[in-house]
Amino acid sequence: MRMACLAAELSSSTALCHPSPRRWRSTFPQRRGIGRWSSPKRLRCASVNVRCYFQLIPPPYPLSALEPYMSQETVERHWGRHHREHLNSLNTHIAGSELNEMPLEEIVLASYNKGDYLPVFTHAAQTWNHDFFWQSMKPGGGGRPSGILLQLIERDFGSFELFLKEFKTAALTQFGSGWVWLTYKSNRLDVGNAVNPCPSAEDNKLVVAKTPNAINPLVWDYSPLLAIDVWEHAYYLDYENQRAEYISVFMDKLVSWDFVSSRLAMAFARDEERARKDASNSEEDDLVLADSAAREMFLDSDDDGAETE
Amino acid sequence: MAEKRHRKMVVSEEAAVRIRQCQSALEPYMSQETVERHWGRHHREHLNSLNTHIAGSELNEMPLEEIVLASYNKGDYLPVFTHAAQTWNHDFFWQSMKPGGGGRPSGILLQLIERDFGSFELFLKEFKTAALTQFGSGWVWLTYKSNRLDVGNAVNPCPSAEDNKLVVAKTPNAINPLVWDYSPLLAIDVWEHAYYLDYENQRAEYISVFMDKLVSWDFVSSRLAMAFARDEERARKDASNSEEDDLVLADSAAREMFLDSDDDGAETE
Repeated sequence: MRMACLAAELSSSTALCHPSPRRWRSTFPQRRGIGRWSSPKRLRCASVNVRCYFQLIPPPYPLSALEPYMSQETVERHWGRHHREHLNSLNTHIAGSELNEMPLEEIVLASYNKGDYLPVFTHAAQTWNHDFFWQSMKPGGGGRPSGILLQLIERDFGSFELFLKEFKTAALTQFGSGWVWLTYKSNRLDVGNAVNPCPSAEDNKLVVAKTPNAINPLVWDYSPLLAIDVWEHAYYLDYENQRAEYISVFMDKLVSWDFVSSRLAMAFARDEERARKDASNSEEDDLVLADSAAREMFLDSDDDGAETE
Repeated sequence: MAEKRHRKMVVSEEAAVRIRQCQSALEPYMSQETVERHWGRHHREHLNSLNTHIAGSELNEMPLEEIVLASYNKGDYLPVFTHAAQTWNHDFFWQSMKPGGGGRPSGILLQLIERDFGSFELFLKEFKTAALTQFGSGWVWLTYKSNRLDVGNAVNPCPSAEDNKLVVAKTPNAINPLVWDYSPLLAIDVWEHAYYLDYENQRAEYISVFMDKLVSWDFVSSRLAMAFARDEERARKDASNSEEDDLVLADSAAREMFLDSDDDGAETE
């Protein structure tokens, strides 16, 4: 994930140290540059802080490159203010916490907290969502998908045109603020011991999803492929309240099918990785069972004995 | 009637000119362009959709507030709800503001604000915080909440005017406090379209300017008076229904009553 780029900033904070100057010079050798002190006394007197924070990465094209379909002013404000403010808030929230060590996607999932959001969730999710949105577009975008992506669209929606219709309708009917997604949904049941008895690649499918405000399909364990931002700030300067026009232009002129295809490949890879892990866990379980003592099993008797509860 | 004015936005040329002139009246705090778009497109489109939806239906005979409540359908919205509610909300919003607005409330309104929030400054702080933290699209309200329980047979045993209070409420998207049986007094629109042209994403600044320069405390006071009148009307109806019930009971035959016996007999379920 491009956004999950951590920059380390090392700062020496010798100003925090208040030993007598004599003891400082005789006990601790002078150290130039940056590094981590190993002795506990040194940590107290001359700690080196390592801070990680997320950087605001620009869209993969100049800010004017999407004109005339999305104006430079819109991109400047949208990326330079909305996206940036969420990122700054994210960094402020996670500083000094265990979230600080995690990739952005994991922060989103952890802070979603199964629907009982932590305060940082909106900033983490909106940071992730916006980065995904910029990549969903490109100058000279639009057209039609190809290859396996087109095959799956035709399989799961009937045709590319029917997919377009469903996507546009979803984007138009996401009332208020939110996002609309093309996602890849693996048929994985989210319970500890339920298994699809006859798993097949046909069970996995493309779906169009609408999410309000900051929610994204990561929280449902879907693999997002494409996003359109339908918060008003995304289109108000260029299209006023004509969201339908914005959505049409987005699909006809801006969407980057290359990016969508690359996300689909990532989704397949994720599936394969999980299948490998599942198989490996299953083998381990079999080994454990084979080694353990025989368990007592309760078999149905011929006499059912109609007992009432 | 206000409802009919909603339904038929037919205006003469000179009225149209007057409307355009009015639209600049909130400058520099809310630009003419914002008002033109907000009222002339967003509000108008909701109204048109509302009229389309209700045409030929039983909703067509109802006042707008009743359409909002009927289509809210206890949370399972009918499709017309968003248009009805947004039409009502926007009309309320325009009336919540006036040129040369702001300042402080007075009279009974100020007394209630001080009673229920501690001070006018504390109320401002709570209202602004609510408006800033309504994430996504929505509205923030000052409302008057009567202490009426929404169940058929529960009655406040010691009703008092002290039970009724002013509250700040946040609502997402098109919801408004009518659906909770509150009496709205003041509204600020925090959908992005309300402030984006003038304040970009600086919602805090928009809210401050709204409270300092635009809010019409006269309107808020008039809505409070309406809320009191509504309360009195309901109290009269409750008293009248209660008298009728007493009459019915007095006339009816004595009913068999089951009294607790001395022997409870510890039976398990």
